[in-house]
Amino acid sequence: MGFLDYAPAPESTSILRLRPSYGLFIDGDFSDGSGAEFTTISPATEQPIARIASADAGDVDRAVAAARRAFDTTWSTMRGTDRGKYLFRIARLIQERARELAVAETFDNGKPIRESRDVDIPLVAAWFFYYAGWADKLDYAGLGAAPRPLGVAAQIIPWNFPLLMLAWKIAPALATGNTVVLKPAETTPLTALLFAEILQQADLPAGVVNIITGAGDTGAALVRHPDVDKIAFTGSTAVGREIAKAVAGRPTRVSLELGGKGANIVFDDAPLDEAVEGIVNGIFFNQGQVCCAGSRLLVQENIHEEVVARLKERLTTLRLGDPLDKNTDIGAINSAEQLARIRRLSDLGEAEGSERWTAPCEIPASGFWFAPTLFTGVTTSSTIARDEIFGPVLSVLTFRTPAEAIAKANNTPYGLSAGIWSDKGSKILAVADGLRAGVVWANTFNRFDPSSPFGGYKESGYGREGGRHGLTSYLQGGAI
Amino acid sequence: MTRLSIPKTYKLAIGGAFPRSESGRSYTVQSADGGFLANAAQASRKDARDAVVAARAAQPGWAAATAYNRGQVLYRIAELLDGRRAQFIEEIVATEGVSAADAAVQVDAATDTWIWYAGWADKFAQVVGAGNPVAGPYFNLSVPEPTGVVAAIAPQGVTGASLLGTVAVIAPAIVSGNTVVVIADETRPLSAISLAEVLATSDVPGGVVNVLTGLPAEIAPWLASHSDVNALDMAGAGALDWVNLEIAAAETLTRIVRPVPGIPEQSLERILSFIETKTVWHTKGLL
Amino acid sequence: MTVQRGDTLATAERATRLLGGELTETGLRRHLAALPRVDGVGLEQRAQTLGTRSIKTTSKAQALDTIIGLIDLTTLEGADTPGRIRSLVAKARRPDSTDLATPRVAAVCVYGDRVADAVAALGIDHGDPDAGLISVAAVATAFPSGRASLRIKLADTAEAVAAGADEIDMVIDRGAFLAGRYGQVFDEIVAVRQACQRADGTAAHLKVILETGELATYDNVRRASWLAILAGADFIKTSTGKVAPAATLPVTLLMLEVVRDWHRLTGESIGVKPAGGIRSSKDAIRYLVTVAETVGERWLQPHLFRFGASGLLNDVLLQRQKISTGRYSGPDYVTAD
Repeated sequence: MGFLDYAPAPESTSILRLRPSYGLFIDGDFSDGSGAEFTTISPATEQPIARIASADAGDVDRAVAAARRAFDTTWSTMRGTDRGKYLFRIARLIQERARELAVAETFDNGKPIRESRDVDIPLVAAWFFYYAGWADKLDYAGLGAAPRPLGVAAQIIPWNFPLLMLAWKIAPALATGNTVVLKPAETTPLTALLFAEILQQADLPAGVVNIITGAGDTGAALVRHPDVDKIAFTGSTAVGREIAKAVAGRPTRVSLELGGKGANIVFDDAPLDEAVEGIVNGIFFNQGQVCCAGSRLLVQENIHEEVVARLKERLTTLRLGDPLDKNTDIGAINSAEQLARIRRLSDLGEAEGSERWTAPCEIPASGFWFAPTLFTGVTTSSTIARDEIFGPVLSVLTFRTPAEAIAKANNTPYGLSAGIWSDKGSKILAVADGLRAGVVWANTFNRFDPSSPFGGYKESGYGREGGRHGLTSYLQGGAI
Repeated sequence: MTRLSIPKTYKLAIGGAFPRSESGRSYTVQSADGGFLANAAQASRKDARDAVVAARAAQPGWAAATAYNRGQVLYRIAELLDGRRAQFIEEIVATEGVSAADAAVQVDAATDTWIWYAGWADKFAQVVGAGNPVAGPYFNLSVPEPTGVVAAIAPQGVTGASLLGTVAVIAPAIVSGNTVVVIADETRPLSAISLAEVLATSDVPGGVVNVLTGLPAEIAPWLASHSDVNALDMAGAGALDWVNLEIAAAETLTRIVRPVPGIPEQSLERILSFIETKTVWHTKGLL
Repeated sequence: MTVQRGDTLATAERATRLLGGELTETGLRRHLAALPRVDGVGLEQRAQTLGTRSIKTTSKAQALDTIIGLIDLTTLEGADTPGRIRSLVAKARRPDSTDLATPRVAAVCVYGDRVADAVAALGIDHGDPDAGLISVAAVATAFPSGRASLRIKLADTAEAVAAGADEIDMVIDRGAFLAGRYGQVFDEIVAVRQACQRADGTAAHLKVILETGELATYDNVRRASWLAILAGADFIKTSTGKVAPAATLPVTLLMLEVVRDWHRLTGESIGVKPAGGIRSSKDAIRYLVTVAETVGERWLQPHLFRFGASGLLNDVLLQRQKISTGRYSGPDYVTAD
């Protein structure tokens, strides 16, 4: 056996103390849901993890009512300093239970433990720490003295970064004095429910955060609830569009974090080895199930062959398999449904004439898997260059000049992220200026920080999360 | 013998030119007491489409101008508007039926609005941008950028707003580098067209401000649903079916600003309603 | 021999193949300037990620034995005596007297004037590490500073080779490199390589020490690595161990990338030797991972990868004992040499 066949190094699941079933977390306690219970499974094995309650319209009503009561009676009148202290408590509890949360996240989502351990969960704690400090400093948010909260925030989050997206939503909402009804994604409710236990340990007043599980209809009921003052959604552009329509004419404020088709632009003067790593990180991080993924590689034509060769060589070293193994680079696709989408679009890419290359790796017998895949010969009109695949599939296109790179990068209804690789500072800054994207990473990719605003142009949504900007989405007088 | 007056032909303003409506239609603009004032062009959906194309074409260049330059251009508008003060007073008196003194107040307020926004051109980015202290070896900067093409519905039928209301929707949109397609006050469109003539001589590049006269109820839905419009300012849409405009705008996630009663107040918030925040990361390494 | 001054450089076979016959300093500079730049943040992040690999159980046992077999067991002290060298050689031949299955190290690395002592102490075990024997490596060329005339550097080298050194660890003239005199650095390497020739037509292997801590920047490390290979290095080596920082994982990763690129371009395999500062098994395993995932595990053999270290061996032995006994060991259970 060669050295590179690293012996299994699985993270132990014995750290988890899961219950066989979880109810809805409403008004500080777990209670049964009135909808049909469902089972959350591990996408790596398809084995069941726990049974999960489903909230129907009545349950949504209960949750919103609890949030309203908490807003009126405790949270909106509490001193900012004290709100901040609760958030600091939560941040500390997350750090204390970090390993457990990482294992649970990987178990339920299928992402590699290396990522949940080193990226997701540390950022979750960082997000609560960051916004905790804002709670008593809102006078400096840029909206005048003593800006007022909106009220009850309905928050709907996706399955790709379950606990991280929860943190992005809940931390600023609570810091600004809003109360929350949060719905995690149907396929990844586990860490949100563990988070509910953390809220109990933090002794957060009942009703300030309510977590209701369920499928799309639960989310739809929440969005349509008349007593909701704010809707924050992260997910697909299709659903975001429906939310924007549903809210038309209502006094409800909305922020939307939607899809993307990020361009990763590699110039011929790029730091090449780091660019290759950045390309890999850009599209294979979290199996490419990232709204800001660098799914379109725009490479200068004169280095196209070299970059593709280096990339293929690098991709052969990626380790696909048990997400709980500490050496796994590529975990499982989150659901059968998502896998079907990735397969369908990849097949379409091939049918439309792009050349498909798949990294050689052994696919486990059970679970949802898709090997890292690269398409060359992709044109701007190819479906795989336009539609968000949300999987480990990279489309490679070429360009000749900086102006052409900018034009091709912007040639999409999306506008969330982009990358630039070059050693020439003036070119980087000028290209960054020309890109219509909310986040531009130069000589790096997929970096996140609670102090750094994140959000899209065009059909990638509106509003910013993170930083001071993230506060304004939850305060009166802030931009929509 | 008195000299015979020369009535002005009021046309649309699209892409720096002053065309008639491609539809060939016009409608009567009456004075406050019901007399005939002019035949204004009645813009069609195709005029709206052409205006969006012109606005899109002008947008990158306008956004690429330095903030200092945009500020000077806006200030230049104020200078020229002030120079044609008498003409605007006369038009406002005729259309709104207000006193010359009240009309003068409105023109002066419009001029001051340009000056107020002109001053913001090279400052709002400092107020709302940020250098972010991220936990890692990165330079990280958030800057506001124009959202792109803004379609706006000017206040409709509001006394004291035929000029000021139009300026109050145009200025905060273009100061950051957006370009605008504005639907003028349906019944009192003359000041808006005269304003476009001022803009044409004020170093404002063609296509940055496009003015449509006609029926907002007819034109607005085309602008709201237009995929190449980035933001919809419904300031003057209170009497329209604005909920459906909002639903149409949602199709391409167009940013929206809800109707306001009267004249939109000049505010930083209004500038920020038409910007996007871009955050740029760059590695920092000594080695 | 004299170094040719002016623009024209000494003849080196690899450089001739790649850049043509009439190699000039201008041509060399242009060639090095065209190499891709390095983004230090990205490089360090990649190294850090490689450092998170979890090498357990059978892989760990395999790694520990591999590490021992790749060590250049080193003593480079002013106080080195024949006795000290004999003790070092004894440790090299039998690293762990409680477990005779423990592999031997690849080489002992000493100052030139101690080569004879090492050769004598090794006796029949002296030879090619690929054949299970132990090489003698000598630092040369006015190690560690390299601040001496070329004549002295060449004499230093030739004497060590004559005394039986199998490998010469030379230092480059960092001063010349930093001053932009790439041609001088190149010519010196070519000259030292000549000095490695033995009368029988064979030659001592040449390891070129870049002293990356003094080159400071990653771009310099890439250029110096490339320059050393062009001039004929069999190995590129990070450090003397006398300057901090010595070997780091990012620098070693970068040098491995150069070696990988050279292999892709020419099919030739160049060795890499991180030296100095690698003291724990855990650290050394990170290097193995980096080698295997950058150039492939074929490089994990004494001809292509070495650790320049002294203290590392004992830590590896302690870890090895832990695996075989199931108990944690202590410093009194390995020999202090």
